[in-house]
Amino acid sequence: MTPLLQVDGLSKFYGQRIGCADVSFDLYPGEVMGIVGESGSGKSTLLNCLAGHLPPDAGRVMFDTRAEGMRDTVTMSEPERRMLGRTDWAFVHQHARDGLRMNVSAGGNVGERLMAVGARHYGDIRSQAIDWLGRVEIAEDRIDDRPRQFSGGMQQRLQIARNLVTGPRLVFMDEPTGGLDVSVQARLLDLLRGLVREMGLSAIIVTHDLAVVRLLADRLMVMKDGHVVETGLTDQVLDDPQHAYSQLLVSSVLQV
Amino acid sequence: MTDYNFAYLDEQTKRMIRRAILKGLAIPGYQVPFASREMPMPYGWGTGGVQVSAAVMTADDVFKVIDQGADDTTNAVSIRRFFERTAGVETTEATGDATVIQTRHRIPEEPLNDDQILVYQVPIPEPLRFLEPSEVETRKMHALEDYGLMHVKLYEDISAHGAISTAYAYPVEVEGRYVMDPSPIPKFDNPKLTMSAIQLFGAGREQRIYALPPYTRVVSLDFEDYPFEASKAEHACALCGATDSYLDELIVDDAGTRMFMCSDTDYCQSRRAAGHVGAQGTPVKEDAA
Repeated sequence: MTPLLQVDGLSKFYGQRIGCADVSFDLYPGEVMGIVGESGSGKSTLLNCLAGHLPPDAGRVMFDTRAEGMRDTVTMSEPERRMLGRTDWAFVHQHARDGLRMNVSAGGNVGERLMAVGARHYGDIRSQAIDWLGRVEIAEDRIDDRPRQFSGGMQQRLQIARNLVTGPRLVFMDEPTGGLDVSVQARLLDLLRGLVREMGLSAIIVTHDLAVVRLLADRLMVMKDGHVVETGLTDQVLDDPQHAYSQLLVSSVLQV
Repeated sequence: MTDYNFAYLDEQTKRMIRRAILKGLAIPGYQVPFASREMPMPYGWGTGGVQVSAAVMTADDVFKVIDQGADDTTNAVSIRRFFERTAGVETTEATGDATVIQTRHRIPEEPLNDDQILVYQVPIPEPLRFLEPSEVETRKMHALEDYGLMHVKLYEDISAHGAISTAYAYPVEVEGRYVMDPSPIPKFDNPKLTMSAIQLFGAGREQRIYALPPYTRVVSLDFEDYPFEASKAEHACALCGATDSYLDELIVDDAGTRMFMCSDTDYCQSRRAAGHVGAQGTPVKEDAA
């Protein structure tokens, strides 16, 4: 099986400081990978480099495109990268207001990606939007409401619907459950888990919440000071951490 | 003549503006930045249009100015006088006689020919402005043909009002490439954008010039199931009886009685001169008496 995403020696520096250094991994179709680490460990920098939001200073990010097979997304032209960004890729931001248009209705938010790839039939766009709102448990009669009238959890679910409507194959998530209370988090995780299984999505999830990766991720990468210090199957890393920092991270989780 | 240089602007400035116009004509719909000058009128009163008119005008030109279709409003009269004084050109109110027509918010009803230039005054040249506030980002979107957002606006119109409610400054796609703001003309005028005259658009405050060469293919954006419709008030002109022209709605008394009449005053006048009389119109001879 060929990997969906192949990352090779990816580095990003902020002047003299390291953003992330020499990160390499493969991600296979249908696989969910978690990246954990403390604040400032470079996990968001890494994610933004992978998703094409930041230009990396070194390394390759090979993506298995539908048309031409493996392509390096770093050297790809900007229009091609943007096209990937609204078809095969999805990016779920930590703060829903970074990923949504707050002054556009929920339906318009979900429809934007469809219209960006050429959908020009209002009725079709609307019925797809209704379908997706249903799948993320937002009532159909809220379709013409602005996201600012939604609760935090609903905004996050709307953001997920907006991203998944074009049937992407790879989803980048940056702290998707951050800032939500635990019962809302649980519902959201449940939803994400369902969608990932149902659609056969591959995903890269950046989080500092070990419970989230325990539930969602097949594989885990632990970052510290811009470097990957440990990788492995999620259960293996969490139950038997080898690196001193991973041990600290796992033992720091509050036991209720 | 006067102490002014011909058509007010100095020759270097006119060359600079002509270069921008040529570039605009070469890339239809693309907004060319230019070094807009201070003009003896406030921004928003047509400084962009005046500079473009000044740059294309020759001593032989016959100049006409229309403001919302009318030749006799303050803006139209003062711009016409401005060029009478600074360029000494002949001016006219007859669309057919003019060679350069500066317009605010209308396209004349009478079809233009390939000896004419239509100059638009543009307040906000960027069609994506109210959707994406960053100029850096909108220029990137134009460069990458990233126009999904434009349809989001039309989608929002339909979801809120049941139809595309944008009635003026209706966005168009030029030659299958750039999305362009046709200036705040009513969408009734959009189909006329494909014409045999050269069309130049000047935005003074925003410092942009763009252009449509003759016969450029201009398509109004829409949805398959909500096609573009060039709408107007469902009435005939009260003065000349025209049913094919864009109408102004006037409230004529305190009881709210309405009257509809051609917004293009020259069109209305010439129809009345030819003997057409509307429901509330009077034959031209009595009118003059």
